[in-house]
Amino acid sequence: MNSEKKLLLKGNEATIYGALLAGCECFFGYPITPASEIAHTAAELFPKLNRTFLQAESEIAAINMVLGASASGRRTITASSGLGISLKQEGISYIATCELPAVIIDITRAGPGLGNIGPEQSDYNQVVKGGGHGSYKCIVLAPNSAQEMCDFTMLAFDLADKYRTPVYVMADGVIGQMIESITLPAPMGRKPIPEWAIAATDASRRNFITSIYLGHDELEAVNIKLQEKYAEIEKIEQRCDSYRTDDAELVIVGYGIISRLLHSAVDLLRKEGYKIGMLRPITLFPFPKTEFKKLALSTDSFLCVEMSNGQLIDDIKLTIECSKPVHLYTRMGGNVPSMDEITNKCREILA
Amino acid sequence: MSKEEIKFGRSKGFFETFERRPGPIKKNMHYCPGCGHGILHKLVAEALVDLEMQDKMIFISPVGCSVFAYYYFDCGGISVPHGRAPAVATGLLRANPDSYVISYQGDGDLGAIGLNNFLQAANRGENLTVCFVNNAIYGMTSGQMAPTTLIGHKTATSPYGRTVTNEGFPLKVAEMVAALESPVYVERVALTSTKNIRSARRALRKGLTNMKEKKGFSLIEFLSGCPINLKKSAEATDEWIEEEMIPYFPLGCLKDIADERDKIIRPIPIFDKEKVTKALLESAGNIKFGDKQTKLRKDLRIKCAGFGGQGVLSLGMMIAAMGQSRNINVSWLPSYGPEMRGGTANCSVVMSNDIIGTPIVIETNILITMNQPSMDKFLPDLATKGILLYDSTSIKPPKTKSRVYAVEATRIALDIGNIKCANSVIMGAFAACLKGFELENYEGAFEEAIKTTFRKKPQLIDMNILAFRKGKDSVKTVNV
Ligand SMILES: Cc1ncc(C[n+]2csc(CCOP(=O)(O)OP(=O)(O)O)c2C)c(N)n1
Ligand code: SF4
Ligand SMILES: [Mg+2]
Repeated sequence: MNSEKKLLLKGNEATIYGALLAGCECFFGYPITPASEIAHTAAELFPKLNRTFLQAESEIAAINMVLGASASGRRTITASSGLGISLKQEGISYIATCELPAVIIDITRAGPGLGNIGPEQSDYNQVVKGGGHGSYKCIVLAPNSAQEMCDFTMLAFDLADKYRTPVYVMADGVIGQMIESITLPAPMGRKPIPEWAIAATDASRRNFITSIYLGHDELEAVNIKLQEKYAEIEKIEQRCDSYRTDDAELVIVGYGIISRLLHSAVDLLRKEGYKIGMLRPITLFPFPKTEFKKLALSTDSFLCVEMSNGQLIDDIKLTIECSKPVHLYTRMGGNVPSMDEITNKCREILA
Repeated sequence: MSKEEIKFGRSKGFFETFERRPGPIKKNMHYCPGCGHGILHKLVAEALVDLEMQDKMIFISPVGCSVFAYYYFDCGGISVPHGRAPAVATGLLRANPDSYVISYQGDGDLGAIGLNNFLQAANRGENLTVCFVNNAIYGMTSGQMAPTTLIGHKTATSPYGRTVTNEGFPLKVAEMVAALESPVYVERVALTSTKNIRSARRALRKGLTNMKEKKGFSLIEFLSGCPINLKKSAEATDEWIEEEMIPYFPLGCLKDIADERDKIIRPIPIFDKEKVTKALLESAGNIKFGDKQTKLRKDLRIKCAGFGGQGVLSLGMMIAAMGQSRNINVSWLPSYGPEMRGGTANCSVVMSNDIIGTPIVIETNILITMNQPSMDKFLPDLATKGILLYDSTSIKPPKTKSRVYAVEATRIALDIGNIKCANSVIMGAFAACLKGFELENYEGAFEEAIKTTFRKKPQLIDMNILAFRKGKDSVKTVNV
């Protein structure tokens, strides 16, 4: 074990470690709990490596700074939560349409409205379904540990570049606030400036980036191209964790902090003799449809556990075309379901 | 007059033909005859060439009639959300300080929806030239009122004329920006008579030169005609600008301090892999490890609770760091947010040789309390065979079947001279509780943990280690 590079880090801090290791050059953000440590860590570390940290005047400004920095061909990141993500949506729609890479961290807090700063997963729809205007989508990674906050942020940059699309790393407040030990990955070094960038060089002088297409057919073609890209992403990038699902009569589903609870719940209920397993989506878009469809053939039912009003469950039902019952257990307002709540619900379904 | 003015044909700042323009018309711009945008575009194109800024220039097309400016300029181009050009410019300039950026904006774009982004960029002193086209109207969306629309002026959304009581006075952008410290150059010009256009040409070049010399933020406000929406001829529009607009928006230079300002120099980013790793390790505090993993008899699920400000969160951090240094898997989770201020605070620490499931601790096997309310709140969740450790300075001895340890943490901390090290006293007591129970060389591990926790405040390390040792020696078993 490489004990030298083990660090104790908050999930939020770990995203910035990941960003810097991935060669990210700019951070733009506006403070918001429970994501603020991301800005704090960026404010400390980006300048140490002569990279750009700038506290923007708003989330709207931050995402548009990301748009600019990304257009110049540099890796760039922003972070926010719930209501801040709402404000970014117009910019994200532009970024998606301009086919620019960008990484957005969302540490979801409880809503709606001002809500509170407790953990929730209620940004699911606005993050996974596009969120802004128009027919676009973003890749969404859902880490469940400090290590993954770092690793997935690095992965997010690679995916963003590969597909020229915005990528979210979306976690709940618990994953953002929690400290765990992580193994520091190796740095990636600087990424070459892509040829499409408006990089202020003679070679890039004739590059331009836009999202306005007056002709209806022209814009439809742009839309179709985007949908083809999303189809490609769905084909290649689905990620999930299946745990003890082989003979499971009930498959419980959850992401983020919920998946950690579900993992323990499966162990506990297995000891009691229940045939139960867990499916943890790691990519929320693309939704791990292949695995869900496979399990829908073998299991009797699903239980979706989420800290939102039944947003994740829609994707499960659509994916398996309601071929098996899908139960729902939710907590909201900043509450995290307890082990007892989850296991009791499972016992009830399996009774 | 300088030679450049007597040019024939299209400036090299423009493309020969406008291939990006859809449809059959590739030679002309889309602007209406007599439109100020057309005049200003020519000035910009010529300046790009004459000032040799074309290769590095990025022209931002706003949302407004000039949304298609990138059809025309032979330089980098980007079209951006309504009002956001200065934020996008900031991103471009910070990511690549070598670039030159023109933020070209209308009065709706700059003065209404994007006013904050514009003012903030001005106030940050971005190395940016803003061309502000004040035509006192929303041109593109067919003639609605702008922030700069004159009093009494009838528009689609002020059909009875703009009034002071309903919409207030027209916004004087140049004056507002000139009042800020950061901008180096602010001038208002008009795109009307030859004389005025000549002065506009000079002002534009001055702004661009400031940017080339990295002097910071320049604003040039161009009073500009929109004959279509004024429903006037080009000539009548110019007259209207001179007679109606200029009296309210006087022309002239409002600020020019570029000579007094140093160049804005931004450092070159570091990507050297060793340097990157080193910076991260230094900041996180790299705990030294033995390779051996301490074996726990069972998972420790620890809750530390007290008043906000008593240091229960860093207490939990120190415990987690101690576990980490023994190669145990740890997690630490705070109760975060406003409840920490003044109210009670708590954190959960889990230590395990296995993967940690949930970091949220409800049922505890070790409870550490530093005030009475948290004792009352969390004691019921302590396992019967668990360990309770509390600050007996202020907390009453509890009734419980668990193993109980007490230490007068607050009093001892006060004796040492700083109430803030009460948490390290508790750490010492905790180490004593664990002696012979779980962890080998617990003392060394704890002391390392203190050093790690206080790595950014090294002057506090000695005091906290003293507190730790006193706590270790003073802990009392209450009812074993
Ligand atoms: C978010 C958003 N709101 C509204 C619009 C519609 N819109 C397009 S241009 C414009 C006004 C432009 O006026 P101005 O900035 O003065 O530019 P001009 O056309 O006069 O040059 C508006 C309101 C938009 N494109 N985006
Ligand atoms: S509507 Fe006005 S601003 Fe727009 S192109 Fe025509 S004259 Fe110019
Ligand atoms: Mg206008």
